[in-house]
Amino acid sequence: MSAPAEYLREEELDHNLIYEVASFPGGHKIFSCQQCGSCSGSCDMAQDMDYTPRKMIEMIRAGMRKEVLGANAQWLCTTCYYCTVRCPRGIEPTEVLYAVKSIGIRDRGVDPNNDSPKFYETFCDTVHKFGRQHEPTLMAIYAFKGNPLRLMGFAPLGIGMLAKGKLGLAPSRVKNVDEVRKLIDRYRNKV
Amino acid sequence: MSEEIKIGVYVCHCGSNIADKVDCAAVAEFASKLPNVTVARDFQYMCADPGQELIRKDIKEQGINRVVVASCSPRMHEPTFRKVCESVGLNGYFFEMANIREHVSWCTEDREAATEKAKALVAAAVARVPLQEPLYERYADMNDRVLVIGGGIAGIEAALKVSGGNKEVVIVEKEPSIGGTMAKLDKTFPTLDCSACILTPKMVECAQRDNVKLYTYSEVEKVDGYVGNFTVTIRKKARSVDLDKCTGCGLCITKCPTKDIPHEWEENLTTRTAIFTPFPQAVPNKPVIDRENCRYFTTGKCGICAKVCPTDAVDFEQEDELVTEDFGAIIVATGFELFDPSVGPQWGFGKFDNVITSLQFERMVNASGPTKGKVLLKNGEEPKSIAILHCIGSRDENYHEYCSRFCCTAALKLAHLAKEKTNGDVYSFYIDMRTFGKGYEEFYNRIMSEGIHFIRGKGTEVVERKGQLLVRTEDTLLGKYREVPVDMVVLMAACQPGQDTEKLAQTLAIQRSADGFFLEAHPKLEPLKTATDGIFLCGACQGPKDIPDSVAQGAGAASEALSLISAGKVKISPIVARCDEDKCGGCMICINLCPYTAISYDEEKKVAVVNEAKCKGCGTCSGSCPTGAMTNTNFTDEQIMTQIEGVLAV
Amino acid sequence: MRYGYMPGCSSHASSVDYEASTKAVAKALGIDLVEIEDWNCCGTAPISSVNPEMAVALSARNLALAEEQGFDAVVTACAACFNMLYKAWDNFANNPGMRKQLEEAMSDIGRTLKGKAEVRHLLDIIVNDYGLEKIEQLVTKKLTGLKVVPYYGCLLGRPKSNFEDAEEPNSMDGLLAMLGTEVLDSDFKARCCGSSTIFTKRSYMLRLLHDILEDAQRLGGDMIVVACPLCQMNLDAYQTNVNSAYGTSFNIPVVYFTQLLGLALGLSPQQLAMDKAFVSSQKVLNRVSNL
Repeated sequence: MSAPAEYLREEELDHNLIYEVASFPGGHKIFSCQQCGSCSGSCDMAQDMDYTPRKMIEMIRAGMRKEVLGANAQWLCTTCYYCTVRCPRGIEPTEVLYAVKSIGIRDRGVDPNNDSPKFYETFCDTVHKFGRQHEPTLMAIYAFKGNPLRLMGFAPLGIGMLAKGKLGLAPSRVKNVDEVRKLIDRYRNKV
Repeated sequence: MSEEIKIGVYVCHCGSNIADKVDCAAVAEFASKLPNVTVARDFQYMCADPGQELIRKDIKEQGINRVVVASCSPRMHEPTFRKVCESVGLNGYFFEMANIREHVSWCTEDREAATEKAKALVAAAVARVPLQEPLYERYADMNDRVLVIGGGIAGIEAALKVSGGNKEVVIVEKEPSIGGTMAKLDKTFPTLDCSACILTPKMVECAQRDNVKLYTYSEVEKVDGYVGNFTVTIRKKARSVDLDKCTGCGLCITKCPTKDIPHEWEENLTTRTAIFTPFPQAVPNKPVIDRENCRYFTTGKCGICAKVCPTDAVDFEQEDELVTEDFGAIIVATGFELFDPSVGPQWGFGKFDNVITSLQFERMVNASGPTKGKVLLKNGEEPKSIAILHCIGSRDENYHEYCSRFCCTAALKLAHLAKEKTNGDVYSFYIDMRTFGKGYEEFYNRIMSEGIHFIRGKGTEVVERKGQLLVRTEDTLLGKYREVPVDMVVLMAACQPGQDTEKLAQTLAIQRSADGFFLEAHPKLEPLKTATDGIFLCGACQGPKDIPDSVAQGAGAASEALSLISAGKVKISPIVARCDEDKCGGCMICINLCPYTAISYDEEKKVAVVNEAKCKGCGTCSGSCPTGAMTNTNFTDEQIMTQIEGVLAV
Repeated sequence: MRYGYMPGCSSHASSVDYEASTKAVAKALGIDLVEIEDWNCCGTAPISSVNPEMAVALSARNLALAEEQGFDAVVTACAACFNMLYKAWDNFANNPGMRKQLEEAMSDIGRTLKGKAEVRHLLDIIVNDYGLEKIEQLVTKKLTGLKVVPYYGCLLGRPKSNFEDAEEPNSMDGLLAMLGTEVLDSDFKARCCGSSTIFTKRSYMLRLLHDILEDAQRLGGDMIVVACPLCQMNLDAYQTNVNSAYGTSFNIPVVYFTQLLGLALGLSPQQLAMDKAFVSSQKVLNRVSNL
């Protein structure tokens, strides 16, 4: 995460960012934000975020592309949708943060120390492979993709799951997996 | 139609309002080639004197006998141009207006398309105007009594002003006492003067003036008639107390054995008896029996109040009474009600004892209230910290999109009183501080200096953790999430239309806006009128309003009513429905549909009969008549069809 | 009662117990859940993070399959699948731009979507379609003496739902009360468990889990009852992590509503795969009803 600039230099702002976010499903109402903070006040994760959801929206409006994509707020969003049902202006901050995550992954604008994009992309790859999720494959690839130590973190849980028969060892596959791949490719290429 | 039709067409630029999007010269040029058109001109402002003079000159010099003005909405200037025609001897109904502003320039992006549409509308008007007939306005007698519905501060002010003009006025109030919401308040902003001290003299005056009649505990049941001649049926609910005999001694109240009924007037912070007066300064200061909770009415036993009454005023046999009165004008002043914050469970109202509404807090700080002016928690202790949450149900698409206007300043007042009474920590959670009135910003400044903690962030949620209330918010100026522990939460609940607004709108045949409040005739220029002649609005029934605005509107509505009834006669529009008795099948569809009850049934002839004095010419009957017997003057089928053909021909 | 059934990916792994109890209960009630042939991953939060439209399109394929296979309604027991399928349905029905896009995407893979099949959650089907009265007649064993804390989490009622309230969810309450349990109302019943964010930001999510568990314990609940595989996994499998992070000693079983319903219908804990949970519910169940 880069430190916020001391003052906003107009030439560094991206005034297109808000339009880009608004083009995502559920993003179009972002222009109406009255900055009341209902989203942040409803957010169980706001206390851990570098920028609150409200501030993220204001930063998107201002065009602070680098700071927005580099923030950790969107990756802490658990998509609980409290903000969305309570927003007095019908904005869907959950969807706004999905848009920000998506743009960040596409543009490689995320803080390199943040592993979340790796997990989400691995998740996507696994579904691309089988048409469905397969947790052992997902966890193995994710662990090795980033910090191998992470595997150690998941190991006790994995062993427990295995013992309980809660790890499906053989992946369940979609017969017409080509269709799923086509859909994934369609949007991966689009972004 | 033996005389030759000579049409003058005048295309208005409306400054740049129309001319920016419509090529007015091209429209005039187009119009000049239409059948029967003698002259066609375009001009900067047709409504201004030079524009009007153009028309007069053409009528006089060129013998123009039909006039078409293409400009704004007829709601704006149709009367203006009718008068222009009449000033030089042409019947005002030989005039037709094409709306090329609201219907064209203001809603069309493309200049070419706008110009084409303007041509079509002008062609339609030109096609129609030769078929128009001369019509003549008529006059009816005017009753000079005024009805005021609602006895809050707006209605009281209106009534006193009408009365001051030496006209009779009747106030109908559904509660047992007049006074409205203002009677519940402790102090008023921005001066912090005592609400009761400035209100009660006015209430008492209403009771004392000879030409003011009060119907309390009463409701308007039915309204017949039309401007100048309304006949209103008022339901006087059975009070079970004879107001003539009762002296207001209060003995009955002290002896009533049923004492545990939630006291609505005290916002349910305390209880009351079954026979009660809502508050000590009530006008009339005489009790009423709440029959739903009275032992005599629920069990048939008791009757203590009747036994102890020294004047034999308690009357269990009393029934609802319907009285009928005639009026020339009606002023609606039914006020508002508070939004119920339990609709949004996130604020904890109804869930946590010490989350209360603004009006509950008002009662609490009021010296005559249930806690004798002390701010107290449910457990009887004084809170050490109080949070005041703005915009509860206001400025929120999930509840009410509008701003309730007075709550910001009211919240400042409550913050001041909370601080003064408890000397604890007082937090104000606001989105934007809207202190718009005279002296209000100065008031804000004053309250800030008192050390209130202002947090710019919506109080999003109230939760209880380990017995402690927490207000969750974002301090948006710092960009930090906060959970503020407090002992008491005061919710500045939105101002919303009263529950019976819809019913009253139907009874009076007046409209409501999208927010549910009564709709004024024009948002800027006719704020006190409704679309129904002779019915006026004032106070918060038209939209959120504070006391100064309600009082100003009350006086204004009285002036409207006085101005109307002082004329002595009422002008009746000649645009009315007519029934062709040969065609009428007597099906009575129109009678049921007529919003003004202007149509009756002639039992002998078996046909519908229009009361032209009551008819507003709305066209509902002619549109729904299955045999085509009903037509509207100035809107005959032939005129409308020709107009449509005119549009389609372009 | 016949519905197209979307098991969701976790039914083969972390929520085999939910799947087993769902099928057992459906059979006992006579609800015909027919698995949608060739269903795929619903898209869920991780794929929505990569691209929200991609996730919606993946769910749209499931809806298209259900329509083709003649179902009027798609039922899922997973709250995340419900959320995604509903989002796809909602976008198709109410967002013209997305509708066009989804029509194109479907036609690209040789499918058509008309938006005819409703999206339903299993809890909705059982409580509202089947109804408590009918269930009550089939209950053979009341779970009297069991204190339960229903935990709904987020996605049954938010952001949009066709059966559950966003702020005050209550569909499980009546059912559990009818089964004879004492239902305890937690302030945290609609809070978030961290969902799939647990994989990437575990240390932060433990706080959410801690608060939910702590409130259940404060209320004196014997167990937490859920209607979502993610809620169950997070509250159950990570309970030891919460204990080590917060120095607590929570040992609260987290069961699916289908499992308690199954017990009341006379099914055995084994049939309902109740042995699969990390925190065993055996002791509690022995105490109250000798199961």
